[in-house]
Amino acid sequence: MTREPTETRRETEREPSSPHPRARLKRKDLLGIRELDPEEILLILDTAEAFKEVSEREVKKVPTLRGKTVVNLFFEPSTRTRTSFELAAKRLSADTVSIATTTSSLMKGETLLDTVRTLEAMAIDALVVRHSMAGVPHQLARHLPIPVINAGDGAHEHPTQALLDAFTIRERKGRIAGLKVAIIGDLLHSRVARSNIYLLTKLGASVWVSGPQTLLPPHYEELVPDGLYVTPKIEEALEGADVVMALRLQLERQKECFFPSLKEYAFRFGLTRDRLRWAKEDAIILHPGPMNRGIEIASDVADGPHSLILDQVANGVAVRMAVLYLLMGGTPA
Amino acid sequence: MRVLIKSGTIVDPSERLEMKGDLLVEDGIIREIAPEISVPEAQVLDVRGCIVAPGFIDLHVHLREPGREDVETIETGTHAAAAGGFTAVCAMPNTQPVNDNRAVTRFILERAREVGAVRVYPIGAITQGLSGEALAEIGEMREAGIIAISDDGQPVMNAQIMRRAMEYARQLDIPVIDHCEDKSLSAGGVMNEGLWSLRLGLKGIPAAAEEVHVARDIILAELTGAHVHLAHVSTAFSIELVRQAKRRGVRVSCEVTPHHFTLTEEAVRDYDTNAKVNPPLRTERDIRAIHEALVDGTIDAIATDHAPHHPDEKALEFERAPFGIVGLETAVSLALDRLVHQGLIGWMRLVELFSTNPARIANLPGGTLKPGAVADITILDPTRPFIVRSEQFRSKGRNTPFEGWHLTGAVRATLVAGRVVYHADRP
Repeated sequence: MTREPTETRRETEREPSSPHPRARLKRKDLLGIRELDPEEILLILDTAEAFKEVSEREVKKVPTLRGKTVVNLFFEPSTRTRTSFELAAKRLSADTVSIATTTSSLMKGETLLDTVRTLEAMAIDALVVRHSMAGVPHQLARHLPIPVINAGDGAHEHPTQALLDAFTIRERKGRIAGLKVAIIGDLLHSRVARSNIYLLTKLGASVWVSGPQTLLPPHYEELVPDGLYVTPKIEEALEGADVVMALRLQLERQKECFFPSLKEYAFRFGLTRDRLRWAKEDAIILHPGPMNRGIEIASDVADGPHSLILDQVANGVAVRMAVLYLLMGGTPA
Repeated sequence: MRVLIKSGTIVDPSERLEMKGDLLVEDGIIREIAPEISVPEAQVLDVRGCIVAPGFIDLHVHLREPGREDVETIETGTHAAAAGGFTAVCAMPNTQPVNDNRAVTRFILERAREVGAVRVYPIGAITQGLSGEALAEIGEMREAGIIAISDDGQPVMNAQIMRRAMEYARQLDIPVIDHCEDKSLSAGGVMNEGLWSLRLGLKGIPAAAEEVHVARDIILAELTGAHVHLAHVSTAFSIELVRQAKRRGVRVSCEVTPHHFTLTEEAVRDYDTNAKVNPPLRTERDIRAIHEALVDGTIDAIATDHAPHHPDEKALEFERAPFGIVGLETAVSLALDRLVHQGLIGWMRLVELFSTNPARIANLPGGTLKPGAVADITILDPTRPFIVRSEQFRSKGRNTPFEGWHLTGAVRATLVAGRVVYHADRP
């Protein structure tokens, strides 16, 4: 298909209009879902819908954040989240710099405050940060005047992952409220599970979680006031579920004696077609990636007709565009 | 040289004394207590409305010298102690080098004589280098002046070595002070294990890590007949274990810190490294149990676990920042505000917790206002407002979770051997 150049230019400059024109997030940063109220979550999801269309255009770019700089600071290896944030910023016409470092420069005696001052001196407009230690985005946000977006911090939160999961669920199911969502795996260490639990219960879903007892700590059900059910029986979590989410298993957990072997983990907690018969027939399958095929999720489930794992990736860009737009005060041209 | 402390309320649990009156100090010794004393040529301290108590003794401080003079020295630490109402502090051995031999013990005592504002009593290590593997030369350190042994912060995990240490200490008539933490249960933990650690995604230290170790120490104290003093107990069940042990007549005593009777794990909520302590801040339920035990006598002493750290270290990621907060200059005001003014304990009990009992536990001079005793005296003004401002601390440490707190009750003056080492109204 060929297009007229003029049409292309016009399309480039067309802003998706915000569904809530006067709406704003009530905060400088996006550090977690726990502190958001449902209206803020819906605002992000609705804004993402408008931005999703941009990624489907031939020229995937709007000028919203032209002249602004977004730094992606990744202290922990990540391909998909980093790429997703980078694409999101670029499609909003922001300049992006990605700093990926597996060993934090803090190892060399630099403190977080030094990092803050360095970034401040570079006059950037937003910081996306991932770190293996919980709370680092908070510690940075306290000292930085610019928006800080948490791209995953230790076992704490991964807010944009939960937002893209909710976006994907809503896109397929038309709603969140009233759905039964099962989350299976390592609940103790999962920031994805925490952010999803906060988000989905705030929007009225009931969330059932299950996994090895060693990774299902006491007090877990108290994370939210209601809507969260912890069960040692995986079948009970899956029974009648509309959405089933498998969590990535960190393989080193075996060495820490949380379970005897990967084989036994797959046998007892892996999402197989057989096990999924407990869920609703049209239940959708999610996984935050990257997957350990054959361990927490069987390949025929991951690649099956109900799997939305690739939709999650596509929606990730739209959701992150929405977050950058709302926090960086992108103004319609 | 005479000092006449006039018109205060004199509180001395060792003599079961609580009376309004005057106290006369002569040549560093307490001479007389009476409703009214008048002597010529005395320095007079009018302390109307104040409590006059035997000098407070902190069983648990980290003075950092030798080795980390950038974060605290014996000089700054003892001045902080004086400002906080303490006339004596017991210095933990985790210095660099470790106080595991008489040379270090002598060094500490010598520095304290040269520059110390208050008395310093060194605590020796239980094991060489705090490694938990081989006993330090405890007898030689005892000769040099240690008053107890402890591997504070690096608890002796090997029960056999702990048993030997207790047997050895018993013969030397010094207590074994233990930081109770089963390292295999607490490994990697940075805060209390519970709802807040789950929320914050931080690895928790379960109450059980402390309680397992408390139970072990009580059993070993019973086996060896040694006096075991449990440092900074923080959980309801630890306290219950101590209560039961005391009932059976085991020689066990314990202390609690002001932060453990005022703050819960929620203080960590914004990843505030100034609320990162070990043992971690626990729950409301634990605080209630601590309050009960402060009232019923299960807890013997309040000690600060004063642990200064460099701001750069506390500015690290929560997981990587060191444990510990400063406490010398806030302890007394926190106790007055949160325990006395809340009606939990009276003056007699407060003084027991800060003075009489610490002196008894570590066999120290002081802890009494009996005529003839050394004139180590703490004077409290129960109504004086106190706002915590870390930039005014005499300690080099600024790492406090109480910054900006408004408290009622403060130290009016501190006297060591009859000499005023701190006075709130003088620079």
